[in-house]
Amino acid sequence: MGAVSGLLGSLMVVKRMSLVGDALSHVALPGMAVALMLKTNPMYGAFLALFLAILGIWYLEKSSETYPEALVGLFFTASLAVGILITPEMELFEALFGSIEKISVLDGVVIILLSLVIVTVIRFIWRQLILDIVSPDLARVGGVKMTKINLLFLLMVGMTVALGVKFLGTLLTGALVIIPAIAARNISSNLSAYRLWSMGFGVLSAVIGILLGLWWSLPVGPLVVLVGVALFGTTFIYKLTAHK
Amino acid sequence: MEDVSFKLSDDETLAIIGPNGAGKTVLVKCLLGLMVYRGEVVWDKDVKVGYVPQKLSVEKNLPLTVGEFLTLKEKDQPKIKESLLKVGFIEHKLPLKARLGVLSGGELQRVLIAYALLGNPNVLIFDEPTSGVDVTGEETIYGLLHKLRTEKHLAIIFISHELHVVSQYADTVLCLNKEKVCYGTPHHAINEEVLAKLYGEKVALYEHHHDH
Repeated sequence: MGAVSGLLGSLMVVKRMSLVGDALSHVALPGMAVALMLKTNPMYGAFLALFLAILGIWYLEKSSETYPEALVGLFFTASLAVGILITPEMELFEALFGSIEKISVLDGVVIILLSLVIVTVIRFIWRQLILDIVSPDLARVGGVKMTKINLLFLLMVGMTVALGVKFLGTLLTGALVIIPAIAARNISSNLSAYRLWSMGFGVLSAVIGILLGLWWSLPVGPLVVLVGVALFGTTFIYKLTAHK
Repeated sequence: MEDVSFKLSDDETLAIIGPNGAGKTVLVKCLLGLMVYRGEVVWDKDVKVGYVPQKLSVEKNLPLTVGEFLTLKEKDQPKIKESLLKVGFIEHKLPLKARLGVLSGGELQRVLIAYALLGNPNVLIFDEPTSGVDVTGEETIYGLLHKLRTEKHLAIIFISHELHVVSQYADTVLCLNKEKVCYGTPHHAINEEVLAKLYGEKVALYEHHHDH
């Protein structure tokens, strides 16, 4: 989960869509709420809600030159508000901040398998995504069908967020996508190092966060995020001192 | 835009000139199939187009090196080296590990040309090769264009708004200002009347002054 978040995050940061992951995770909440009301696994509710949201974003991105960020923000905060109202109160804290205890063995298996799927898909479209960041025109002249590639990428982002919500909750999942990537960018001078560090920091945040949570008997989600922030702080100081 | 018909033969260098907003970039994007247009663009069967965009949309701190960028097009490292040498980089100073964001305007332009050359094109299309490049750098880019053209039998289309490079480097010139204002060899096609239509009276007089 940490590695996949780091991988996706590394692309989202350079695509300048850092906050999309954060906003997207809010959309998961109403989906989880409905799933809880129907007594099914909230992860699947999150999947469905995110899938719909991704199609919406993709359509907006495709059909307008200027990306209507404000509209996306409005839509996402609205879904968070609706989600809070309809989530059963007993489950609300977990839905917002995640709970590692509620992840069953089956969930774990699903998360690992889907993570492998995400990594494979990203490997397959990596070259086109990077080329599109550098120059959309060059990508298209080279025959890359960017609208399709972008849809695939956004679906992978949605899937990653859906896998993360049970672990970190709708408020914190975005952090595991963004923080490892920006920490990695502080210390990377090339793309392969950046990708590797980002995945590595994702894993480190998750593992250290979980261990600290077990050790101190505190909720895991916030600790994972704070470990990530600490990694960012460390790399930031390194960057400042290395350039002197 | 209307009536912009022109043709391009093997080994020919065509300059497209015109003021800002004349439709130069739009025309190039149509040639590349990046835009929807009415009319017809017919390429020869064995044509391979290399495109050199005006600039890249990279942030300064994007962790992407020149070597990694070129690898997006060609995995074979010796070929990458060869194309960097062709665009004037020096054997022991190849910027393979330099990030794209730290290159100067001229260096970036040459890396973009190297990228286009990796596809072994026989037609090169440059969108304003000199924007954002200083005067010495600018001369190197056009000198390089000239060298590539003789070495590699390339047909070249370049956009420019600088008249002196057009007469120096182009065989044919197409003047655009929403429509075709002139077309032919620079010597015949460009005259005061044409310049007035393109840039207004003032520039025409200024250029006239320069000629003497």
